[in-house]
Amino acid sequence: MKKRSLNPNFLRILVMVGPSALWLLLFLAVPLVYVVVMSFCTRGLYGGIQYQLSFASYRSIFSSLYLKVTWKSLLMAFETCVICLLISYPFSWFLSRVPKRHHGILMLLVILPFWVSALLRLNGWSNILRDSGIVNTLLIKTGIIKKPITMMYTDGAVLFGMVYCMVPFMILPLHTSISKLDHSLIEAAMDLGANRFRTFIRVILPATLPGIFAGTIQVFIPSLGAFFVADVMGGGNSVYLGNLIQNQFLVARNWPLGAAFSVLLIVFTLVMLRLYTRIGSLDDLA
Amino acid sequence: MSNGKVIAQLENITKDFDGVQILKPTNLSIYEGEFLTFLGPSGCGKTTTLRIIAGLETPTEGTVKLEGRDVTNLPPYKRNVNTVFQNYALFPNMNVFDNVAFGLVEKRLGKAEIREKVDAMLQLVQLGKMGKRKPNQLSGGQKQRVAIARALANDPKLLLLDEPLGALDLKLRKQMQLELKTLQKNLGITFVYVTHDQEEALTMSDRIIVMNNGRFEQIGTPREIYEHPQNKFVANFIGESNIFEASVVSETGAKGTLTLMMENGHVLAEGEGFKYDEIVYLCLRPENIEISTVSREGFTLKGFVRDHVYVGNIVKTVVELPNGKTVQVNRNPHGELITPGMLVNLFWDPKDAVVMHTREDYVYDAIEFAVLGK
Amino acid sequence: MSERSKIHRQGVWPIVFMLLVYLFLYMPILVVVVYSFNRNASNMTFQGFTLRWYSEVLHGSNLWANLFLSLKLALVATIISVVLGTLATIGTYRYEFRLKKYLNAMLYIPLVIPELVIGLASLAAFSRMGMKMGFGTLVFAHVTFCLPFVIITLRARIADFDRSLEEAAMDLGANEWRTLRRVTLPILAPGILAGAFMSITLSIDDVIISYFVSGADQLTFPIKIYGMVRGKISTQVYVISSILIFAVVLIWPAGMVIRAGHRRRHPE
Repeated sequence: MKKRSLNPNFLRILVMVGPSALWLLLFLAVPLVYVVVMSFCTRGLYGGIQYQLSFASYRSIFSSLYLKVTWKSLLMAFETCVICLLISYPFSWFLSRVPKRHHGILMLLVILPFWVSALLRLNGWSNILRDSGIVNTLLIKTGIIKKPITMMYTDGAVLFGMVYCMVPFMILPLHTSISKLDHSLIEAAMDLGANRFRTFIRVILPATLPGIFAGTIQVFIPSLGAFFVADVMGGGNSVYLGNLIQNQFLVARNWPLGAAFSVLLIVFTLVMLRLYTRIGSLDDLA
Repeated sequence: MSNGKVIAQLENITKDFDGVQILKPTNLSIYEGEFLTFLGPSGCGKTTTLRIIAGLETPTEGTVKLEGRDVTNLPPYKRNVNTVFQNYALFPNMNVFDNVAFGLVEKRLGKAEIREKVDAMLQLVQLGKMGKRKPNQLSGGQKQRVAIARALANDPKLLLLDEPLGALDLKLRKQMQLELKTLQKNLGITFVYVTHDQEEALTMSDRIIVMNNGRFEQIGTPREIYEHPQNKFVANFIGESNIFEASVVSETGAKGTLTLMMENGHVLAEGEGFKYDEIVYLCLRPENIEISTVSREGFTLKGFVRDHVYVGNIVKTVVELPNGKTVQVNRNPHGELITPGMLVNLFWDPKDAVVMHTREDYVYDAIEFAVLGK
Repeated sequence: MSERSKIHRQGVWPIVFMLLVYLFLYMPILVVVVYSFNRNASNMTFQGFTLRWYSEVLHGSNLWANLFLSLKLALVATIISVVLGTLATIGTYRYEFRLKKYLNAMLYIPLVIPELVIGLASLAAFSRMGMKMGFGTLVFAHVTFCLPFVIITLRARIADFDRSLEEAAMDLGANEWRTLRRVTLPILAPGILAGAFMSITLSIDDVIISYFVSGADQLTFPIKIYGMVRGKISTQVYVISSILIFAVVLIWPAGMVIRAGHRRRHPE
């Protein structure tokens, strides 16, 4: 057996890496483990938890109401991904054709809206789309319609808001992936007789697949938890997984149930990652 | 050179990477003021040896001494040794002046003193007006000069150069070779140079160490290395060589002249310390072999001319021996008319032939490889 | 026209498409700015231009406290994240150690797990540890999700870092600390800045995690807005956000001019 000796750089590693490791351990790993523990506990009388083993929370998750909400949330997360991809892929592709010195500023313009709170930006959309909003007012004034079209406070509006919030997270990894694409590969494919469609399917798509998956993960997972989008765009008419967890935790104060739902989300995440690591590297996520 | 003062010593140095010994036990003394070159193919351990002297690598075993002091475990910043890196390693965030001043700032010298010293260094490498430029605004040759000035500014006892000319084009490389050599002579600093280019080594060095597979194959002056390679590797690696296997038949005539039996005839060569019946390698430079329709006493080696080409001032002839082996000859055949297909005699001045023991460990290596497959 | 030149041909459609995407991203921001000048207090329809809300806000508004809390939080969280993250990135780049892959795994957690889960996990764990929700808990939680972004942004840069530059510095007499200060950090500066920018941006915009870990009297700007979403969003919010936008729009070109001037003096 090989002797386990102390790393000669032990002290340097401790000083440099130690603080971050300790921070993540204390404020990330421990809380997550605690959530898993909580999900198996009994609800306390006045909120909080009692350390008594129970599977009640997991039984409730599989009630038909909650299953419906879960299914609806997964579906919407999926739709969000698809629409974001349909917007972001051509966008990133065209961006890669712009001279390279402009890439920095064009990407900055994608991130910059974050400086205005997402809530306020969604509220801006609400001002545009609602019954008495800009679009309906314009349409009625020009006489195209008589009665306002209801756009806000529907599932469609939530989807729209979700897409709006998530598009930048799809564009970032796609941009990285597409700008790394070697254009001589495309020329080679065409030179070898592939038409534009075949070139896309056989060369471009496989080469940018890591970016597509990184973007998918960065859109799919957060959209499962972004409760505020449904609050603003759905006006309380639509309940999704995020709202459910938020409610269980802070309003109904049923922490074990909230924790169990969180564990459910973690499981979805792990399944996604399992699929993902077969295709790309985790480093593409950044 | 060997009677000069020893400036650095390596004693029983070895280096393992992941359990593989890439530097076999090595001993070496480096003398003050010499231009010493490590020459060998890539992966032979020459850069590792240099980095051990610089302190950038710690040897697995053994001692490094600088001016008699044991520095084996001293970090690079506590050694009075400086390095010119292969890719120059110029700090991209600093201009040329600040790059050259880097080590002087670390020594806490005064501003005026630093300026004076840096200006002198930039003058020395003919970059007097380039101080404000950033590294990415320089050509390869200019970067090279900055790297040299930066290292020399610290008055090192020993300047280590790791393939410093590798990235330059041929013409610039030739020019820089001469400049470096002149610089070294004028400054009187010891240069330890690493290269895989044999011509570069032969042009610049006072002493060459030919390395292969982590060991020293031969140490000697360029002339010794070229004219008297001690083994087949050195003979093959330095210049063009024809290498034959032969057995010692007899010692005849004057002392040291051997008659050797080759597959296709017997020949003469000079050598000492060879036994009767011993299998040896016989090494001949193409420019030392003569060909003629007339035979020479003591030689019965014959072959057919395969190819005969004029390349400027020399004639390259390829002669095929009856056993199919070809011999390269670069020598003007005294006005004789040579044409392809002709049967010629091959001979040489016995002084020019180098006879080498077949190194037994090569044989063992080969057996080990054949038997153990490792 | 051959296939080869076709792929290089750029029509007008790509530009139109990109402009539409930018319009999509910036449209609601435009609405926010326009409505900040709205004479109608109800914010339902635009009824004419006024600077009334601006004078109201500039004469003092409770919302400033929330905005400054958000900015202070973003700044503190970013400074901590950048210091810890830079050290950790250089450490993991330079040295090999046995627990490295576990550290890496932990780094990816905040990137892949919904913020919601991190938020409620933090809330539960912090209360269990007996902490009171407030600025402290906000900082803890924000660093936790900013730190991985800093490290991963920086790691992409450090991959191109030439190791021999550090060796050259040490060879020229700089010890490890001096090498870090004079060579490693200056060269990594663009990556560190990019990571810091990402960190500030994420922290300022964060709703979900802050929602769980902010105390009742310490509300960040987004959380304050979240409290209004179901009812009426005060026009003051529009005004303050607009002022932030104007600040960015004004500072940015100024920065560009300075950078352009710098580049002219030191051409590449």
